[in-house]
Amino acid sequence: MKHTLSVLVEDRAGVLSRVTGLFSRRGFNIESLAVGPCEEPGMSRITIVVVGDDEKVEQIMKQLNKLIDVIKVSDLSDNERVERELALIKVTAEMGTSRLEIMQIAEIFRAQIVDVSPKSLILQVIGETEKIEALEKLLRQYGVKEFVRTGTVGILRGSKIVSGGK
Amino acid sequence: MKTGAKILVESLQREGTEIIFGYPGGVVLPIYDELYDSSLRHILVRHEQAAAHAADGYARASGRVGVCLATSGPGACNLVTGIATAYMDSIPIVALTGQVPTNLLGNDAFQESDITGITMPITKHNYLVKKTEDLGRVVKEAFYVAGTGRPGPVLIDIPKDVSTTSIKETPVPDKVVMRGYNPTYTGHKRQIEKALQLIATAERPVIYAGGGVVLSNASGELVRVATELGIPVTTTLMGLGCIPGDHPLNLGMLGMHGTEYANFAITESDLLIAIGVRFDDRVTGKTETFAPHAKIIHIDIDPAEIGKNKRVDVPIVGDVRSVLADMLSLLKKNGVHEAWIRKIKHWKQHHPLKCPDDGRLHPQYIIRQMNELVDGNAVVVSEVGQNQMWTAQHFCFKHPRTWITSGGLGTMGYGFPAAIGATFARPDVPVFDVAGDGSIQMNIQEMGTAAQYNIPVKIVILNNMFLGMVRQWQELFYDRRYSYTELPPVEFVKIANAYGIEGIKVESPEDVMPALKAAMDCNGPFVLDFRIEREENVFPMVPAGAAINEMIGGHPR
Repeated sequence: MKHTLSVLVEDRAGVLSRVTGLFSRRGFNIESLAVGPCEEPGMSRITIVVVGDDEKVEQIMKQLNKLIDVIKVSDLSDNERVERELALIKVTAEMGTSRLEIMQIAEIFRAQIVDVSPKSLILQVIGETEKIEALEKLLRQYGVKEFVRTGTVGILRGSKIVSGGK
Repeated sequence: MKTGAKILVESLQREGTEIIFGYPGGVVLPIYDELYDSSLRHILVRHEQAAAHAADGYARASGRVGVCLATSGPGACNLVTGIATAYMDSIPIVALTGQVPTNLLGNDAFQESDITGITMPITKHNYLVKKTEDLGRVVKEAFYVAGTGRPGPVLIDIPKDVSTTSIKETPVPDKVVMRGYNPTYTGHKRQIEKALQLIATAERPVIYAGGGVVLSNASGELVRVATELGIPVTTTLMGLGCIPGDHPLNLGMLGMHGTEYANFAITESDLLIAIGVRFDDRVTGKTETFAPHAKIIHIDIDPAEIGKNKRVDVPIVGDVRSVLADMLSLLKKNGVHEAWIRKIKHWKQHHPLKCPDDGRLHPQYIIRQMNELVDGNAVVVSEVGQNQMWTAQHFCFKHPRTWITSGGLGTMGYGFPAAIGATFARPDVPVFDVAGDGSIQMNIQEMGTAAQYNIPVKIVILNNMFLGMVRQWQELFYDRRYSYTELPPVEFVKIANAYGIEGIKVESPEDVMPALKAAMDCNGPFVLDFRIEREENVFPMVPAGAAINEMIGGHPR
């Protein structure tokens, strides 16, 4: 099963490497990873998507908690949440009908066209992983030249928060 | 104004450090210059690996944080095996390494290695100090992290300019505050009560105690819990000594080379009380058949150990000593398990450990003679392999912290330098290093250290001219194909003599006791080269992956 872990860490050199090192040495594959500053100064939040059975994910969470630079680990998958990722897709689009089709598809997916050139378009799409993958799949027939994704970020619905204080 | 080096040395002393094991080099010159007229004692080893092991041996024997020091690059890399050894056995050490100046970091400078990167998976935490201003705080945090919670090694990497820069020192707060580190010491009361309920209804309970009991200084509480509840105790390799070896409830070691009665007891038990242990594969054998009929209570300070290898019924996260003390205070009545104790007594009688008596020189006999001579009043350190298992089986440990061995990592070459470290923690008792002829040659250069400071380690070499444990596996599981396990004879006494150390070669059983006595009478290091039966095996033995009651080399059941 897919788990989205929200990991609050000290904003220090080497933290990301401590966290990802733990995953690789314990035999875990990271599906996606997103890192950035958060609401608390001096802390960063890492959102990690992993696939694994509940027991293995629980073990990796416990191991993460042992890292001194990790302040808090939560599994968002246990709760109602909002998850999003952003993708930029550079797709081949010669002048003519295919260009129009791509623009229609973009509209259906509420993707934005953020760059136009004579031979290609860049689409920006935001959504859950499934939506992004569906769009990329549809665009393949036109020729996807480049596909860049941010990795998932997630947040709990309602007023509940994931904050410091282990 | 103070230099970083001075701040470092003063910070170490503030943490109560009395001794450092180390080896100098280019980028630690400023630190060594500061040590030159400091009251902090420094022992010059012959290889940095030995510095880490000596700090570890000191920590295990004393219960305090051990400290080692090495230069950058090769010096730091040579500490790695020692740090990994300490990490696997949860031993508190602080490893200090020099680093190239901050302006050269990442430049592939001379003797540069990314030691914080290298040691990330084998330290509890590590630091690269980039500003002299941080040094005092980092040392304070390092000792705190190393010695609290589940202990472990912490490394501090100090670039040369951080040591040489002078700053106006700012006082370091007394209390360490780290928002990402807050170990749980007190066990949950409801969980403790639940455990006591299980204990009250159990008919065949067994306590399975490990290194955590030693680390939390809880053997007093453990023995009281066992005695008041009438529960037999088996210990892991790391737990030996947490209950006296001759205590009527003691079952000795369990697992791969455990006693038959300990393994039988685990297999038939209906309640396993696991205390400060981690269900290692060398203990459990096949996990599915480990304690198959038992409910499990697991007490450990590290929540990640609970449920890691085996599902448990009552987890209790907390310091072993605190949890056992709480248990004792909640105890309503004492326990008796007459039929169970009777059964165990029967097993103990009919399945004792074997010590061959055929007039030839057997290692088990040597260990038993050592035991007779010191009667538990010694620190016994071992190397890794057959020597380690024979000592674990046949020496009767009576006190915690008197048995020092590399359990988790299984580091050959650990014993001798660890024994050197232990002598500084326990100058009041004899310190032995039980070695094989393979292991001793992995850090034999430390004879130089032992000779230089007249460190009274008694090296007991069980010399069979083989890498014995590997040979044993080749004999049993590889059709006696002794692939690269035979070692040519070495005259260890001559090597010792070359370093200025005395020694005796022993070839027959009647010479064992006089030789041990001669070693004890010598006030410095001493080498005993025992030429033992070459193809002696460690029995009983649970083959890898088998259930622990399926032992070979035991008694017919």
